[in-house]
Amino acid sequence: MSVCTLQINERDVAVPTGTTLLEAARQASIPIPTLCFLEGLSAVAACRLCLVEVRGADGREEPRLLAACVTTAAEGMRVQTHTPRLQDIRRTVIELLFTEGNHVCAICVANGHCELQNLAVEVGMDHSRLPYRFPERHVDLSHAQFGLDHNRCILCTRCVRVCDEVEGAHVWDVGWRGEHCQIISGLGEPWGAVEACTHCGKCVDVCPTGALFHKADTSEEKHSHPERLQALVHARSHQEWSP
Amino acid sequence: MSGCLRLCTAASCRSRGALALLETSTLPVKEVGCLGPCSEGPLAVMDGTLLSLQQAASEPLEPSLAAALARSRAISSEDSFLKLQRRLVLARCGVVDPGCINDALAQGAYQQLQAVLAADNPSAVIETVRRSGLRGRGGAGYPTGLKWATVAAMPGEHKVVVCNADEGDPGAFMDRTLMEGDPHTLLEGMAIAAFAVGAQQGYIYVRAEYPLAIERLRTAIAAAEVRGWLGKGIRGSRFNVAIELRVGAGAYVCGEETALIHSIEGRRGVPRPRPPYPAEHGVFGLPTLINNVETFGNIPALLRLGVEAYGAGTKVFSLTGHVRRSGVLEVPMGTPLRTIVETMGGGAPPGRSIKAVQTGGPSGGCVPASALDTPVDYDSLKALGTIMGSGGMVVLDDTTNMVDLAAFFIAFSREESCGKCIPCRSGTVQLEMLLRKLLERRGSAADLSQLESLCHTVADASLCGLGQSAPKPVLSTLRHFRSDYLELLRPAEVGR
Repeated sequence: MSVCTLQINERDVAVPTGTTLLEAARQASIPIPTLCFLEGLSAVAACRLCLVEVRGADGREEPRLLAACVTTAAEGMRVQTHTPRLQDIRRTVIELLFTEGNHVCAICVANGHCELQNLAVEVGMDHSRLPYRFPERHVDLSHAQFGLDHNRCILCTRCVRVCDEVEGAHVWDVGWRGEHCQIISGLGEPWGAVEACTHCGKCVDVCPTGALFHKADTSEEKHSHPERLQALVHARSHQEWSP
Repeated sequence: MSGCLRLCTAASCRSRGALALLETSTLPVKEVGCLGPCSEGPLAVMDGTLLSLQQAASEPLEPSLAAALARSRAISSEDSFLKLQRRLVLARCGVVDPGCINDALAQGAYQQLQAVLAADNPSAVIETVRRSGLRGRGGAGYPTGLKWATVAAMPGEHKVVVCNADEGDPGAFMDRTLMEGDPHTLLEGMAIAAFAVGAQQGYIYVRAEYPLAIERLRTAIAAAEVRGWLGKGIRGSRFNVAIELRVGAGAYVCGEETALIHSIEGRRGVPRPRPPYPAEHGVFGLPTLINNVETFGNIPALLRLGVEAYGAGTKVFSLTGHVRRSGVLEVPMGTPLRTIVETMGGGAPPGRSIKAVQTGGPSGGCVPASALDTPVDYDSLKALGTIMGSGGMVVLDDTTNMVDLAAFFIAFSREESCGKCIPCRSGTVQLEMLLRKLLERRGSAADLSQLESLCHTVADASLCGLGQSAPKPVLSTLRHFRSDYLELLRPAEVGR
């Protein structure tokens, strides 16, 4: 296995060839915030929180902003993960997320266990500099066990990917475009009417916010379980089924 | 055919009643593509003279083509709009009947493909393209020869050539002109490219808003297949290439190459991060060459002339907006903007003056009137904070409020954002809200600085070219016309 050496925040890091910058940073205990990324699912580079400044890639000296989740580490790269520019982008992205939905933490099932909330704390977003838009969105409670509250959805597409890539049911997809995008079940039917759904709950387990939830949960009671997905993916890829 | 009457029945002249004139004709008429100065349309050519069949709005509609011809106005071949052009890509546009392959063949179509197949040396073709310095005409200006060489070097037997004909910038209609007026030049360019890079399959991704271009391309592809210029064993060689049309569904973002690939594959048209680049992993995972219509359209002319005579090449522009004469023109690369806008286009309407020229659509910016002597080439325009773009050139006179213009383009990008990444999906909404606030004179200096800061975030953080360049119309107007913004601030804010 060949290895490449790069610098992350002035620290020398050696990783196997093919490692992404995100993995390399995490191996070096350098945290990079992520939202759409989830280990075990394909990376889509959509949330832009994991942008890092990269110099020395392809011989280029001017810094480039690249998504760490999809950028492969290369020999001689010099990576910065927390410059003021990046910090400002992260805060703005979180503000844009809060203003485009209706995120009311106090009454949310995920309060206290929400990745969006945690990120807001991490990037120092104590208020939004941009106006809230208060969109009109609906709630789908047609499924027997689960609910989908579009007000809390940040369109990270983890549910779409886990259902397609791991469960193989492809119940979820993204409908419409731009600001009108929303997660749809089936061909835009109520979730409960979609026969393809296996009721496995993987989408609820990986949802970073309170958008997908168990109907039995009330405020602060929802806990996500991405580790269940990761255990399953590991078991499948390594053929190790014993617990 | 010198006595023959040629009548433009392409989109612009069609909208000005060319078809009605055609129906009433008792003379033999050849339907052709765009003749250039669209604003003078409907246009015809009789005995080599360009005629404007346009009537004043107050006049009754001419009942017949004969009557319209009798009252037509000749446009001299010495007219600068015609004289200053160098038609390479559009050489046969307005000359051939786009629906008739025999006519195209008689005027030299597919001769370069024939020569390339006879020489049977793909790398020599790529070398010619590389030496010519041809750069992608779709806007980004990537060196075409390098792109071809990259795809050619990819391993594997199956490769794909894609023509990006999803021309969606407001004010851009150059590619439509070529597809409607001379589709065989595009097909020939694509076939040569396929031969050079070793592709067997070609797709033309054309937007659904171009029904006439789609119809003429369909006719042209079918005719070329019948005549053995497309398909299997072309002209007795071992070279096979099939070209299929893929019609878009109205999404501007599908002009972005990775979204375009997804759309061809039948998936949702959203961009994905690069690398891998299409040259490595394109349509259905195959190495894919993607060029724009005009880039392919340059290939036959380049091979016919050779690198030296081809020189710096040309650029096709669609000139529109506040200008006396609008239309499609092809000029040598490096022609000053002033020549195009003032000499060829006649400048601003009477009593007004030019304020700026917008190039590159929603991904571009404005060139202020003070910089009109800038030569039109990739690097000069980039230095001014705009881009060459695909060739849309919108002239704006002194009645234009540049903040209004910026808001128009941001609204366009907001509408066309695919919604995948947050900075573009949500950032363009906030940018438009800020611009509207300023336009309603409710904005403060703080709003202005927030606008600027958000522009940079959206540009830096967005996933694809659409989002990354969406703030350019704002940044460009802020750079050259800041006073238009300052005038809109609440009175108490000025001077702070």
